[in-house]
Amino acid sequence: MNPEKVLFGFFIVLALTLNFGFFVGDLDNPDHHHVYELFAVIVVNLVATVLKFGDRTQMGAVLLATSLVALLQLFAAALVWTVAEQVTTTGLTPVVTASIVSLSGGAMLANVVSVVLLVIETVMLRR
Amino acid sequence: MQNIIFLIFRRMRAPLLALILTYAIAVLGLVLIPGQDAEGNPWRMDFFHAFYFVSFMASTIGFGEIPFAFTNAQRLWVTFSIFFTVVVWLYSIGTLLTLFQDPTFQRALTERRFTGQIKRIREKFYLICGYGETGSALIQALTDRDQHAVAIDIRQDRVNLLKLENLRQYVPALCADVRMPIHLMEAGLKHALCSGVVALTDSNDANLKVAITAKLLHPDIKVICRADSHDIEANMASFGTDYIIDPFDTFAVHLATALQAPCLNLLQEWLTGREESELRDPIYPPSDGLWVICGYGRFGKAVYDQLRKEGLELVIVEADPEKTGLPKEHCVKGRGTEAETLQEADIQRAVGLIAGTDHDANNLSIIMTARKLNPDLFVIMRQNRQDNDSIIEALHADMVMHPSAIVANRIRVLLGTPMLHEFLQLVLYQDDEWACELVSRISALVNSHAPDIWEVAFSEETSHAVCQSVLEGKAVRLRDVVTDPRNRSKLLHCIPLMMLRNNERVLLPEMDEMLHRNDRVLFCGSHSAANRMEWTLQNEHALSYILTGEARPQGLLWRWLMRKERA
Repeated sequence: MNPEKVLFGFFIVLALTLNFGFFVGDLDNPDHHHVYELFAVIVVNLVATVLKFGDRTQMGAVLLATSLVALLQLFAAALVWTVAEQVTTTGLTPVVTASIVSLSGGAMLANVVSVVLLVIETVMLRR
Repeated sequence: MQNIIFLIFRRMRAPLLALILTYAIAVLGLVLIPGQDAEGNPWRMDFFHAFYFVSFMASTIGFGEIPFAFTNAQRLWVTFSIFFTVVVWLYSIGTLLTLFQDPTFQRALTERRFTGQIKRIREKFYLICGYGETGSALIQALTDRDQHAVAIDIRQDRVNLLKLENLRQYVPALCADVRMPIHLMEAGLKHALCSGVVALTDSNDANLKVAITAKLLHPDIKVICRADSHDIEANMASFGTDYIIDPFDTFAVHLATALQAPCLNLLQEWLTGREESELRDPIYPPSDGLWVICGYGRFGKAVYDQLRKEGLELVIVEADPEKTGLPKEHCVKGRGTEAETLQEADIQRAVGLIAGTDHDANNLSIIMTARKLNPDLFVIMRQNRQDNDSIIEALHADMVMHPSAIVANRIRVLLGTPMLHEFLQLVLYQDDEWACELVSRISALVNSHAPDIWEVAFSEETSHAVCQSVLEGKAVRLRDVVTDPRNRSKLLHCIPLMMLRNNERVLLPEMDEMLHRNDRVLFCGSHSAANRMEWTLQNEHALSYILTGEARPQGLLWRWLMRKERA
């Protein structure tokens, strides 16, 4: 058992599960989506991205790319949230909530790809 | 090279992870700990403000407690987090900066930038390996002729020197070992526009390696090498190196030519001189009498062999004859810097002296001592280092042999004006009177500076007007091209040296020679003649004035009127 691989897999899967946790619920209901969860998703995704640095394989490159996509989506969601709350002070209207959650949904898709790639790589390794 | 970039990214993991985690913990703490707003109502910091606060806290910028003054609980948390965030910030940023300054990483970046520059080259270029004295002289000469070059040298200080040089063209340069094929490839060896590789490093082995790499990886290109020993020369020639230049042999042949045919020697020197350089007077080395050669190294041997062929009486002065081997003739052991050794070598009776050791100071000393003993000596000095130019000039030696300059000059002619190189090869078969006549014709054209040398290819691109006229069936003779386009009764100040037609070379072609398409002619003459000839070659009106003597109407209206008048 390679401890590096354990940590790697742990963070990639955790990024997906947290992301899913934030995403589930009514799309435009702010009560179903907590800001702490978004924070956790962003932190875990950042960690997962950094862990993917410096992998020379083709698989590593694609994994890094998916992570970067997820981060981009999550940053966009956080930015929308901050602007709605602090800059325009409209608060979490259904429209804003919907756009935040759908952005995180996009990030989740990228995370799903990450996990699928991870599973594929693991299966290939077994052979 | 790619590896190092991945390695750097991998090493960035730890500092980045530490940074993310400490930030996350500090932010989360601030968000969780209850606070108060200005009126004392319970208030919780949101993520936006918490991140903002941690960002300036960790980098020790410190804007104060915002948006509201902190409660004691918050202050307690901030007290702790200041220490761990600041420490981690310093560690992470410090590590990242060190990683970016890592010499191997920087080198990888430089190499990447260099390969990028090479890939973007859109014109023919030469790859010059070794930027020493020879390399710099060659690059200067090539860029002056608007040709492109790429340089590699193993020493960074030489590469820096190139960047300071004020060249007409940008010359990409890389500090790398040319013995590694990867570096030659980075420098564009496989580039489609790479038209030649020149190996000029001071190591014979490196030159050999460059030659063989170039011949294997890009067989069509010209490979030009400097070689100092006959062994290496034979080795290079065995796999088809196009030109091998041995500065010592070259000079020895040069000296032999000067002994036999002073005019021929002068002609060679005038034609290969750099533009704007002063023309020198002919030299007449004494061709009978005793010659003293000091130093029997590579140079001494080359000169000795040539002079022996001329049948001269020779004495060798050598400090270490055991190492260099002994010539058949009379040899004196010693350095030649002392009067005794020179006297032993019969310097009072000698007509010529060659100071050919590989040490400039010794050579100077030999000449000064010898001149005291015999002021009428014909003196040849071997110059080893460029920096000694000023003192060697002050010595007024009759001939100076500077290997770097000789090699640079040969290659400059080879690459810059290939036809001139062929011309000079053919000239060797002519007698001295022929050369004397040509020299006097050339000196009538130009005043005191070396003549311009230029090639004209009668192709659509470089001489549109001439090709057009030939296509129309008009007879264009060589004389027409050499006529002044401003006044057709005068000829331009230039001489056609050689004509090349279907691989047939004609020395000094007749003026009545008819021009065909794809002929090539080599001219020498004044600079203004070259410019005016360009005019005739490309401009139909200028050419038609020369051919017919009348200025053709240029506009549509005038042409129409002219036609009516004739009708």
